[in-house]
Amino acid sequence: MNRFSAFVQKEFRHILRDRRTLLILFGMPVIQVLLFGFVLTNEIKNASIAVLDPSKDAESIALTNKLVSSGYFQLNRNLGSPDELDPAFRSGKIKMAIVFPPDFAQSLNEPSSLNAHPATIQIIGDASDPNTATTLINYANAIIGDYQQEKAAHSGLSPNAMSIVTQTRMRYNPEQKGVFNFVPGVMTLILMLVSAMMTSITIAREKELGTMEVLLVSPLQPIQIILGKTAPYLVLTLLNAVVIVLVGILIFGMPMRGSIVLLAAECVLYMFVALSLGILISTRSKDQMTAMFMSALGLMMPTMLLSGFIFPRESMPVPLQVIGNVIPATWFNTIIKGIMIKGVGLEVLWKQTLVLGGMALFFLGLSLRNFKDRL
Amino acid sequence: MNNIISTDKLTRTFGAFTAVNAISFEVHEGEIFGFLGANGAGKTTALKMLTGLLTPTSGKAMVAGYDVWREPEQVKRRIGYMSQKFSLYEDLTVRENIRLFGGIYGLKMSEIKAKTTQLLEKLQLEAEADKLVGSLPLGWKQKLAFSVALLHDPKIVFLDEPTSGVDPLTRRQFWELIYEAAHTGVTLMVTTHYMEEAEYCGRVSMMVDGSIEALDTPRNLKDKFGAKNMDEVFRKLARG
Amino acid sequence: MNTIQIQNITKSYGKVEALRNISFDVTQGEIFGLIGPDGAGKTTLFRILATLLLPDGGSASVSGLDCVQDYKKIRRVIGYMPGRFSLYQDLTVEENLEFFAAVFGTSIQENYELVAPIYTQIEPFKNRRAGALSGGMKQKLALCCALIHKPEVLFLDEPGTGVDPVSRQEFWEMLASLRKHGITMLVSTPNMDEAELCDRVALLQKGEIMAIDTPKGITAGFKSPLYAVRSDDMYQLIKDLRGMEGVPDCYAFGEYAHLKQAQLSDNLKLSESSIKQFLHAKNHQNIEIKPAQATIEDCFIELMKD
Repeated sequence: MNRFSAFVQKEFRHILRDRRTLLILFGMPVIQVLLFGFVLTNEIKNASIAVLDPSKDAESIALTNKLVSSGYFQLNRNLGSPDELDPAFRSGKIKMAIVFPPDFAQSLNEPSSLNAHPATIQIIGDASDPNTATTLINYANAIIGDYQQEKAAHSGLSPNAMSIVTQTRMRYNPEQKGVFNFVPGVMTLILMLVSAMMTSITIAREKELGTMEVLLVSPLQPIQIILGKTAPYLVLTLLNAVVIVLVGILIFGMPMRGSIVLLAAECVLYMFVALSLGILISTRSKDQMTAMFMSALGLMMPTMLLSGFIFPRESMPVPLQVIGNVIPATWFNTIIKGIMIKGVGLEVLWKQTLVLGGMALFFLGLSLRNFKDRL
Repeated sequence: MNNIISTDKLTRTFGAFTAVNAISFEVHEGEIFGFLGANGAGKTTALKMLTGLLTPTSGKAMVAGYDVWREPEQVKRRIGYMSQKFSLYEDLTVRENIRLFGGIYGLKMSEIKAKTTQLLEKLQLEAEADKLVGSLPLGWKQKLAFSVALLHDPKIVFLDEPTSGVDPLTRRQFWELIYEAAHTGVTLMVTTHYMEEAEYCGRVSMMVDGSIEALDTPRNLKDKFGAKNMDEVFRKLARG
Repeated sequence: MNTIQIQNITKSYGKVEALRNISFDVTQGEIFGLIGPDGAGKTTLFRILATLLLPDGGSASVSGLDCVQDYKKIRRVIGYMPGRFSLYQDLTVEENLEFFAAVFGTSIQENYELVAPIYTQIEPFKNRRAGALSGGMKQKLALCCALIHKPEVLFLDEPGTGVDPVSRQEFWEMLASLRKHGITMLVSTPNMDEAELCDRVALLQKGEIMAIDTPKGITAGFKSPLYAVRSDDMYQLIKDLRGMEGVPDCYAFGEYAHLKQAQLSDNLKLSESSIKQFLHAKNHQNIEIKPAQATIEDCFIELMKD
């Protein structure tokens, strides 16, 4: 048996014989996806709303019905006057209020060129819970936009007749479904976790146990040690990616509009970045504990908090956005969303791919340089 | 002679494995007792039972006049412990360590102060009092650790491989501290798998596979086995 | 022929000087012992020779290869057993040996003859995980792993640590039997009594070599007459003897105290009877006095004081 395959075989044995490693490798991705999917999802169902509708015409009633029948909203009460808005919010019983103008149907049906009073619908959210409020308002906007389109199609009028602007960034994700956000997010996280953290720990473990001394004294080349350490994790991580994508598609209805081959290739590229980061960390840590802390603080936290997985990058202060740009997950996130949701290919994602490729080369070079073949 | 430790068929099993198999022995007050055995012979398990850290499966042990698992708190107050692995906090200074362990054993501030001065003087560590323990040579650390283990005037001190790896001179100095403590009436129980340490003890017991196979003075054991040193005694004993 | 040549090696870690100007040679097929307490610099020297550390100054060669320049070649001809049992605890006995054989580009079958005398002892447990072996068996496995590529030189850093006396003796017997294969062995230990099992030893203390010789040569260098003395109260005995005239040194050695006499030129000559008289006057009981042979430990203490 040659040196390298003996090394890889040994590495697989370590992994398969350690229950903790197996749990992290195979239990965690599934648990994370399901957790985010079922528990932490920011998708909202049956939110209580109030409606203030002084016009009470066919249009306003139809729109109200459409909102309520969407499943996202539940009509809690009808308000008689604007004065009742404040108490309603304060009571905490409603999350959002829709306010129609007095002459809603009339303004809506007037041709836009003559429209002196645009059909303005006020959507008021409860900003004490900004995340929920934003989501709800987005939902409402989407539904109203939808209503307007249906109506325009029906009457042959230009959709611009209405004064409510539908945000363009929701075009690909009209329902703002949380799943579209967290499946790519979990993927960036898990692939980073398994690739970077596990490799750094496994190399650090050899240092801790003293076996690294013997490996270094052997004719094994550093590159053989590094590749031997990372190859098994590359395979296992790819397996993980497949599991996450399948769970996303089959259980949570995530679309897969782009090329699977491209997605797989991008995953491998991202894993290379993560693996080289893992090796880099291992060159700096003497024991497993240090490796774990360094990966958790240096890689996991930024991946979770700054890449746009949990918090939208648009609302971050500029310095954090800048930091976010050097995190591989930020770019990979865009790539996955692009491929899976938008169905675009390299013609759009070439920039992100180049950035990841550059990072892979940079970190791999750096970690090879830092990996000492002495103590 | 008073017995400071007496055990009666003390036994501990882990599943199907019997780590300590019905050991009965006595340790006299003021003696230096060597508790010997190879790694895995059951020394550590026995020691954990004697210090109240582990409940026996069956049998009984009295330490310093108290039943170890009926009144473990009473026992803990009367014993000291020093191991080669953990003895002092390396990131605290000499003075801080003394104060910490004095505090743990409930000594008054004035007592701690007096004992600190006394201890530093005895070990000639006055100049190092405010240095981190981690910066001291191994031999000094061990002497300091032993003195700290004696801080609360325990009746018996358990020493776990106290002098492995130190130079011969420091080892002599350390053993003189042990002799000195024994002279003041403290009982010392030294667990070790280094047979040469056994020769410094008054009496030794040898544990093989969970049982005490021999218990006597080093001299009598050597005579009995016709051995020139304790290493040989052990080898003859282990080979049956 | 000198298999290992060490010339003026120095190494510091920050302010701590781990090795100060170390020089010695080890001839082919010799068992050479590095004897010294923890922190004497044994491991540092091993790591320099095994090409894991670079010395700050001086030079060293193994099998005619320079430890700094030719480190890749050295790695092919040496076997190294570090201070800790550097085995994979989660791999079985056989898997460990197979792995290390493969790493060195060989196989168990190829060099079976060399390791057989040792391996047959652990072969019944070849499917057991290394972590579940006793200290002695781990040590034997580690030795097999270090030997599997038929090295010219074997570096064994404190192989006796954590091993019971029976296994330790067996281990030394194995080393002795390896001599017939012409393997040169450098062994370190903090246990002075293991020195006698080496062909030659270097006594190491605080990064300096205090003496290099055969074990016999070292003990022969102890010139002062030595007495072994005991009584019922050893603590008091040592204290009293130190107060005796003409006694520069007195230390506990096992159940005896070793009493060194001052230089022979001194007018005050100790004798068994004069010591006995002195101790009787101090009320010691069951006094026993006999002339003693200096051990390596006596010599080590003596050299430390110079």
